Amino acid sequence: MSIPAIEIQGVSKAFRRREREAGAPWWRRDWKDKVALHELDLIVQPGGVTGILGPNGSGKSTLIRILGTLLTPDTGTARVFGWDVVKEALQVRRHVNRVSVEAAFFKELSPWENMVYAARLYGSAGSGTRRRVVEILELLGLPLDVIDQPMKQLSRGQQQKVAIARSFLTAPSLLLMDEPTTGLDPRSKKEVQTVLETLRAEREITVLVCTHDMNEAEALCERVLMMDGGRVLADGRPAELCRIHGGATLEGVFMHLTGKTLEAEEPEEVAP
Amino acid sequence: MTVTVRHSEMGALLGFAERQLYVYKRYWVWEVVWLFYSVVSVLSIGFLASGLGTLGAGGESFDLRKAQLYLLVGALLWGYLSLVFMEAAYAIAWERWEGTIEYTFMAPVRRMTHLMGICLFAIGYGLARTFIVLLVAVAIFNIDFSHANVAGALLVLAASIVPLIGLAILTSVLPLLSPQKGEQMSFAVQGFMLLVSGVYYPLSVLPMPLQVAGAASPLTYALSGMRRSLLEGAGVGDQLPTVGILLAMGAALIPAGILVFSWAERRAKRLGLLKRSG
Repeated sequence: MSIPAIEIQGVSKAFRRREREAGAPWWRRDWKDKVALHELDLIVQPGGVTGILGPNGSGKSTLIRILGTLLTPDTGTARVFGWDVVKEALQVRRHVNRVSVEAAFFKELSPWENMVYAARLYGSAGSGTRRRVVEILELLGLPLDVIDQPMKQLSRGQQQKVAIARSFLTAPSLLLMDEPTTGLDPRSKKEVQTVLETLRAEREITVLVCTHDMNEAEALCERVLMMDGGRVLADGRPAELCRIHGGATLEGVFMHLTGKTLEAEEPEEVAP
Repeated sequence: MTVTVRHSEMGALLGFAERQLYVYKRYWVWEVVWLFYSVVSVLSIGFLASGLGTLGAGGESFDLRKAQLYLLVGALLWGYLSLVFMEAAYAIAWERWEGTIEYTFMAPVRRMTHLMGICLFAIGYGLARTFIVLLVAVAIFNIDFSHANVAGALLVLAASIVPLIGLAILTSVLPLLSPQKGEQMSFAVQGFMLLVSGVYYPLSVLPMPLQVAGAASPLTYALSGMRRSLLEGAGVGDQLPTVGILLAMGAALIPAGILVFSWAERRAKRLGLLKRSG
């Protein structure tokens, strides 16, 4: 039996913040815990696209950050291809890349400069880097005349494609995609989704994609986890979830399970 | 560490330095502004020294030329050392400004490599900028370095970088500890070093507590050693005790900086501070 791509046991996470009670003096603020993730168990086998669905504040990004070694869980263990995300963080990072909702780039630098930087960090830079960058950008349908323009001059859709291209360049075994199409116009959204479909078909890679777009999840994901309030409410294939919970769509299933839509807004992490 | 990993870390080290180079090329207008500011600052100190005589500073023992050299060397070295210090100390602040902190912290790179890559660029950039300022200062004030021992000065300069990197790593922790106030605290550290390190005056004029703080600052030894070589011609052999002190300080400060940084990174990951950019 192969090692799971993701193995999570009893992982939970809460954030502390200082709050002033209504009517309390301005200087009096007490520490309060905001639970972002209740105890979670999850196993994802290598390959395929797994979707995590839920509104803002449901714990999706917290889970992604824990797997990306950016957050330490309060309890439990999380492993990526057998490596512990806390104790063996460096090994985990060699196998993981992340595409987040905010395309994290040096905005003054060009796609090429950002990508060669990424290639150097991941030890994949060499004499053929420029050729590989061009190949990947062509695969993603990005016009090649933007390759040396500052990122800030690119549209959000183009920036997000560069973010995906950058992750391809480093050849991760696990790709964490945190709301990769949020905020994109419909055309860019469709283009990014097409890229994901290509990725699923052509590459041996495990993809964990967070989204609150139910249609996107239905189209892309073989398996879906529905989260709300830091808990997993449902886990299965999209069609299976619809059948079990009697919804015509995943949106209907979510409403059936929570009694609410995906528009709920909650702050997720608050620093002291 | 295997050969592959070492090669990969070396590539990442160059990657950080190269990234900074790209960023500074794009922000070249700002660099022109900062260069102008550096030149103006050093020239102001030079003219201040030139004006000391007319302000009444005098007496038979007063050597105006020496005072001018003393102040100019202080201004030039402070310009260089503070620039290297702030560039390295801003390793995290840069990432926060650009919104790339999580991406960089997710990269399969040791933190030591990350910080040293930034320091590598800072040293090269600082040398280039200070060289231009030096050329202007020499041209305007006709500085006489005929008594200088360049080899001794370069040795002290090279050794001074070691503890400075340790101090910069310690300071770069501040934006990790406090996303909102960390950057300003870096300025406070820089200002305190200017006060106690004997940049423009000998330590002896300071109150005793500040003299003690000055004795703990590596910049004090760097400045005093450089002045001895540039003004009095102290050679490599004369500078060995100073070099020893600077290297010993570096041997303590760099591991301490890495340890404190590791602790701060763990804390930031526990409290969820990496995500914050404001």
